[in-house]
Amino acid sequence: MDNSVPHSRLHADDVTIGYDRQVISSNLSVAIPDGSFTVIVGANACGKSTLLRALARLIKPSAGQIVLDGKAISDYPAREVARRLGLLPQSSIAPDGITVADLVARGRYPHQSFLQQWSDADEAAVIAAMEATHITALSHRRVDELSGGQRQRVWIAMVLAQETPLLLLDEPTTYLDITHQIELMELLRVLNQRDGKTVTAVLHDLNQACRYGTHLIAMRNGAVVAEGAPREIMTAELVEAVFGLACVIIEDPIAHTPLVIPRGAPTPVAGV
Amino acid sequence: MSATIATSQQLARAAARQPGLVETNARRWFWLAVIALVLLATILASLMVGSRDLGIGTVLEALFAYDDSDEHVIVVALRLPRTILGLGVGLALGTAGALIQALTRNPLADPGLLGVNAGAYFAVVVGVGAFGLSGIGGYIWFAFAGAVVTTVLVYVVGSAGRAAATPVRLTLAGVAIGAVLSGISAGITLLDPGTFDRLRHWAAGSLVGQNHETILVTFPFIAAGLLLAFVVARPLNAVALGDDLARSVGVSVARTRLVVIVATTLLAGAATAAAGPIGFVGLMVPHLARWIAGTDQRWIFAYTAVLAPILLLAADIVGRLVLRPGELQVGIVTAFIGAPVLIALARRRRVSGL
Amino acid sequence: MSMLPATINFGHRAQALRPFGGRLSRLIGIRRMVVCAGLLVLALGFGLLTLASGDFPVPLGDVLRVLVGQAEPSVQMVVVEWRLPRVALALLLGAALGLSGAIFQSITRNPLGSPDIIGFEAGAYTGALLVMVAMGGGYLMVAGGALVGGLITAALVYGLAWRRGVQGFRLIIVGIGVSAMLTALNKFMLLRAQLEVAMSAAMWDAGSLNGLGLDRLLIAALLLLVLIPASLLLARPMAQLEMGDDAASALGISAERTRVLLMVLGVALIATVTATAGPIGFVALVAPQLARRLTRAAGVALLPSAAMGALLLVAADYLAQRAFAPTQLPVGVVTISLGGMYFAWLLVAEARRQ
Repeated sequence: MDNSVPHSRLHADDVTIGYDRQVISSNLSVAIPDGSFTVIVGANACGKSTLLRALARLIKPSAGQIVLDGKAISDYPAREVARRLGLLPQSSIAPDGITVADLVARGRYPHQSFLQQWSDADEAAVIAAMEATHITALSHRRVDELSGGQRQRVWIAMVLAQETPLLLLDEPTTYLDITHQIELMELLRVLNQRDGKTVTAVLHDLNQACRYGTHLIAMRNGAVVAEGAPREIMTAELVEAVFGLACVIIEDPIAHTPLVIPRGAPTPVAGV
Repeated sequence: MSATIATSQQLARAAARQPGLVETNARRWFWLAVIALVLLATILASLMVGSRDLGIGTVLEALFAYDDSDEHVIVVALRLPRTILGLGVGLALGTAGALIQALTRNPLADPGLLGVNAGAYFAVVVGVGAFGLSGIGGYIWFAFAGAVVTTVLVYVVGSAGRAAATPVRLTLAGVAIGAVLSGISAGITLLDPGTFDRLRHWAAGSLVGQNHETILVTFPFIAAGLLLAFVVARPLNAVALGDDLARSVGVSVARTRLVVIVATTLLAGAATAAAGPIGFVGLMVPHLARWIAGTDQRWIFAYTAVLAPILLLAADIVGRLVLRPGELQVGIVTAFIGAPVLIALARRRRVSGL
Repeated sequence: MSMLPATINFGHRAQALRPFGGRLSRLIGIRRMVVCAGLLVLALGFGLLTLASGDFPVPLGDVLRVLVGQAEPSVQMVVVEWRLPRVALALLLGAALGLSGAIFQSITRNPLGSPDIIGFEAGAYTGALLVMVAMGGGYLMVAGGALVGGLITAALVYGLAWRRGVQGFRLIIVGIGVSAMLTALNKFMLLRAQLEVAMSAAMWDAGSLNGLGLDRLLIAALLLLVLIPASLLLARPMAQLEMGDDAASALGISAERTRVLLMVLGVALIATVTATAGPIGFVALVAPQLARRLTRAAGVALLPSAAMGALLLVAADYLAQRAFAPTQLPVGVVTISLGGMYFAWLLVAEARRQ
């Protein structure tokens, strides 16, 4: 067994999180291994987005704390967190009439100040971000004229322009067609493997999660049911427990990662 | 063709399943009946209460066994027209509000949005200032004409060019033209004290001083508007789900919009002509109706039809009581009754978009 | 490693400025700068025009000489003491209105957003009316009453709309409810007051720069000297907020705190205008819209809105003085009428273009 516990800059320590008066998770402890491509999976309303939002400092835990680089995340000034953590939320609004380049440039905000509003570093970061997402040719176009797939790439470019070592993405593929989904996942893999970014994403597609993720966190009813490498934890029993879906697990012939094949109609999972 | 009808019926049924406080159709009928009874009670109260309170026995006698006694005269000559007017105006304003909110998919829409109030006000200003009109009877035709002409203008501006008269454009056009008219009106009234004086009384909105003539003149328009609203209720359910979806079930979006605009103009125009500009009823009651009955437009109309007159008559009754033996105009009281309810609603639950 | 493109194509002309060896850096949109400069030049032009005209026409050459300090004392008096404060106020208050409207349109993410939604205007009128009708107070007291009334109302609306943060929609509904109540109260006070008092109250409500002298200018200028730069400083966080609370928080902005700060500034700006000149309508609504269209900006553009507001008000004041000379119209009447007309024309023109 490997005794080196992977170091993790971002982790949740015994947190209780929820909305208004509704508690979604209590006493939850989860660590995002550095340099991993972590995917959080689970059925609807299992608490995966809530966990991600808590990690991103959008929700404050009522108990416990989220720790970033050894300090409670709420102790940092907001800008400092934004320099270390990039977040792609589920829904963002593109201001009316904004062009692609302008929107991507907004991602540089945490690195700018009143005096330094457009430094060389800003310009270079925006150019690099657009190149990485292959939208340089679109840079002058209005965002509201683009297709869904193109628009999502623009938002990702904005997060990339932030130049953070950690990336959090909340259901980034939900409104994309299959081509764009794969394109996005490949991009995230490149960012993780080539650029060394720690990527954490909430995904619906189990097979994409297994194919691209290096570390899975499976949740149900606000608690972690299993976590680890896909090959180690992805079993038919796990899928049954988390999704109520009877399935067969085979090996993906191309990626050699677990491939989930549903058997038939799912049985409802209690509490989900 | 029948498939289209069937699908639109399905859509309407799906819309009827939208959650409101009352969840089943049976319950909706029940509560509708209850509220109708409350309306009846309010009508009776309106006939009983005033500078001289009369008993229910006296009122019933006056209605069915009329003799020329003082009390019977009060009931039939003063309070009955007033109550009938309140009923009609309330019905008209509430329905107009429900229509305009469904049309613009904007829960902040108010029947005055299409310029009805500004147009009526402007026309009366011109009537009083330029033609020396006086006496409420004279205002009716001017007010109604002003309301109609303004709405037509708003529609023309909102549908200029090749763009369809989308809700956003109509709203903006209403704001623009309403502003122009109210600016000019302000200019005129501020220059002439006589006009100012008459207008400040008319602008408070009142059910008093009307007679049977007002009712005879304005109610046909209100009836026509209500009929149109009844006809357009089901297509509106489809339109509320989105233009494309509506077209896919065979609803003509453009025609529905036109019918709604005509109906709103008739209703709000006639109401404003009869009683002066009374705000808030059209804005608030559809919200209440939606909160109780869900998002099926037919139920919203039904509930609005009983709730709105209750609000208006109740405001009129309160107006008679609060400053006895004087009176407080109904247009002033509606906001004081309605606004706290609206604010309480907004605080309590997620106010549904439509 | 591939060669990256040397510069970014923003879709509009933009120039990076990095003076002082890169210690200061900015990205300037060319079109934006040109528009701002153009608007300011036009505004100053109208200002000069106003300085030159009136009961005692002063040739333009003399006006310029006065501004340099080389004219006869009598001309100096006419221009500097009588007219200059008014022109300066028009420019400053116009800018404040444009900024205030821009701020509210940004935080409500609604092109119809304006300070009225928070009930400020209605509350200010209530305060002014109370002073005029109940206390018979003079100008300064009226301004004070308006200020207090407006601020209390804004605070009340915000407080009522607050439930663990202010959701935009709830704010609008509560604002409408409170405004409606106050408007009803105002109508009541207007009805009860004597005709002259009511008329002068209505005149105040129309907003006027008549008879405003150096003292008003100094107070307003002092306030705006703080408020306007403070607002411009918040331009960038405001722009980030337009992307949604989540996206803004992710970039290091405290969404709720920024929003509150912006609202306070927006209210303070409109409060200064209302206290100085009464409520001047429509500039806050129209200036940001026009500025956006001219600069083809994304989202709300603060500095161009301020410049546009200044131009609109100074032009409107010129018209208010000269259009029906010797009768002076309240400037608010002009802004509302013309603003509405321009808005309507804009809608038609835009539709034709599509």
